[in-house]
Order: sequence, then structure tokens, then C-alpha cells
Amino acid sequence: MSWTSIVVLVVGAYGCKAFGVLGFGKITDGTAARFEPFTALIPAALFAALIAVQTMAGDETLVVDARFAGVAAGAVAVWRRAPFIVVIFVAMIVTAAVRWQTWL
Amino acid sequence: MSGHRREGFVLATATGIVGITFGVLADAAGLTPPQVIVMSALVFTGASQLAAVSVVASGGSEGAAVGSALLLAARNALYGPVVARLLPASWLPKAASAQFVIDETTAMATIQDNDADAADAFWWTAIWLWTLWNAGSILGVWLGAVIGEPEVWGLDAAFPAAFVALLAPHLRHQPGRVAAFGGAALAVVATPIAPAGVPLLVAVFAVVPGWVVSTRGATEAAT
Repeated sequence: MSWTSIVVLVVGAYGCKAFGVLGFGKITDGTAARFEPFTALIPAALFAALIAVQTMAGDETLVVDARFAGVAAGAVAVWRRAPFIVVIFVAMIVTAAVRWQTWL
Repeated sequence: MSGHRREGFVLATATGIVGITFGVLADAAGLTPPQVIVMSALVFTGASQLAAVSVVASGGSEGAAVGSALLLAARNALYGPVVARLLPASWLPKAASAQFVIDETTAMATIQDNDADAADAFWWTAIWLWTLWNAGSILGVWLGAVIGEPEVWGLDAAFPAAFVALLAPHLRHQPGRVAAFGGAALAVVATPIAPAGVPLLVAVFAVVPGWVVSTRGATEAAT
């Protein structure tokens, strides 16, 4: 990659973050509290979308593969109130195991 | 270490492992070590960095790489309004804090019970994350050939699984459940028809049905 592309990425990525933090306050101008019911739900909507996309992302379309099994196992661990680190390891181990099985 | 600081460290460790993946892929895509370091330190939003080097590695143009990376970075703008009140009030420190407003820090901040813990969780996660993401990236460049295919280790499941744990507290209330279900559904529907990154932006509209449910709940509680 050229340095020009990297500089554009640096500026663009920071610009997105800064717009959210500084710009939003300017737009709502003291009425930010009125948007609170909406903004409080943004993490739920975005994290669920992030999980769906990252679990099933393929080339241009969604695929169900070893990752799906791993993340599902991780979800069971969350439901069973397992510690955070256990959730992550369960997901990795199950994903790796399913992949290893299908490669044999 | 209090609970949220420890969890922030665990999340940062998992992300640091993803950082190794980034280093491996960036090296394979022909980025020089200084470029990898500058990207991880200053772009500092994992999905965008991974998208950029993947496009370059698969022979795409630099314009396409930058475009898809910025579409993925755009969602960070949506986290600003969520965490803004936890950041310093004066302009310059607030502008500097914006660099750390990403998936992981927002997630750790929004599952705390009060603003003091939320701000603490935000900053501890930010510090660990920035340190380990950069360390992971450099390690990845170094180890490149040794690690080979990161998928063999199930590394690509670590991030979504971590977010299942971080999403769970948002599902305790019905509006959160509605927003989460709607967000996932919108993202799934949008993925085959929209470029990467856009499905995550579309998902934000799921806050509307979530909000409708919350006002209905409030009306019922009032009557």
C-alpha cells in the first residue's frame, strides 16, 4: 500500500470517530438528552449486527461454517454464566475442532 | 483489579490475538513494518485495517481498499453519541479521546451500572487495547511465516464470541432485545446486496422498533 492511502485511512478513520463524539453534540445542541432513548439502544443493534456479520461473513455473501459452531458454543457459555475468558476460549477451541474434523 | 478492568484486559488480549492476524496478513499483503505500525497506532480500528489489507492481498485497487476500510470505520461515528458524556468536557481532550471510541471500548463502557465505572472501563479498555493491538500487530509481522493460517487456531471466532458476552447485558430489557434482533436481521439481509461495512450502518435503524417498544412499556407502566 502507498503511504498516501495509509494517511487517507488515518485521517478518515479518526474523522468518523471525531464526528461521532464532537459533531453529534453540535447537531443536537443541548437537546442530546432527547436522543438518549435512541442512543442507549445503538450498542444492542450494532453489536448484534457485528456478531452476525463476523460469524457468517464469506466472500460477498453469508456462510455457515466452523465459526458458527464456535460462536454458538460461546453463546451457550455466556448463558451458563462462564467467565469472559472461558467464553472466548470455548469459541476458539470449538471452531478449531470443527475445522480440523472437516479437513481430515 | 476490579471486575471491569480485568474484563477489559481479557478483551484486549483477545483483540491482541486478532492483531497478530492483522500483522500476518499485512505482511503478506506487502505492507512495510513502519506502515503496519502507523496503521495500528493511528487508524486503530481493527475491522477496517483487516479489510484494507485483505483487499490489497486479493489484488484489489488501493482505492477499493481504502473505501471498504472507511465504510467499516463509519460505524464508530455511531458510538460517539453513546459514550460522549463519559469523555472529558473540554474540547481538545475530548477530540483526543475520540481516537479510542471503537467497538470494544463502547462495549465495555455500556455494560457498567454507573457512569463512573463506565468511564473507568472505557479508559482501562482503551489503554490495554491500544497497547496489545499494537504489540499483536508487530508480533504478527515478525512471526508471519511461523503462524501460517490464523484460521487453524479458531482465531476468527474469538471476536464475535467476545461480543456475544458483551451483548448479553443489553438483552436484559425488551427494547434491547428488539434492537439486537432487528440489528442482526437488517445486517443479514443487507450483506448480500451492500458492500462490507454498510450492513452495520443499516443495522442502526433497529433502534426505532426498540424505542417504540420502550415507549409502549413506559405507557403501560404509567397507566
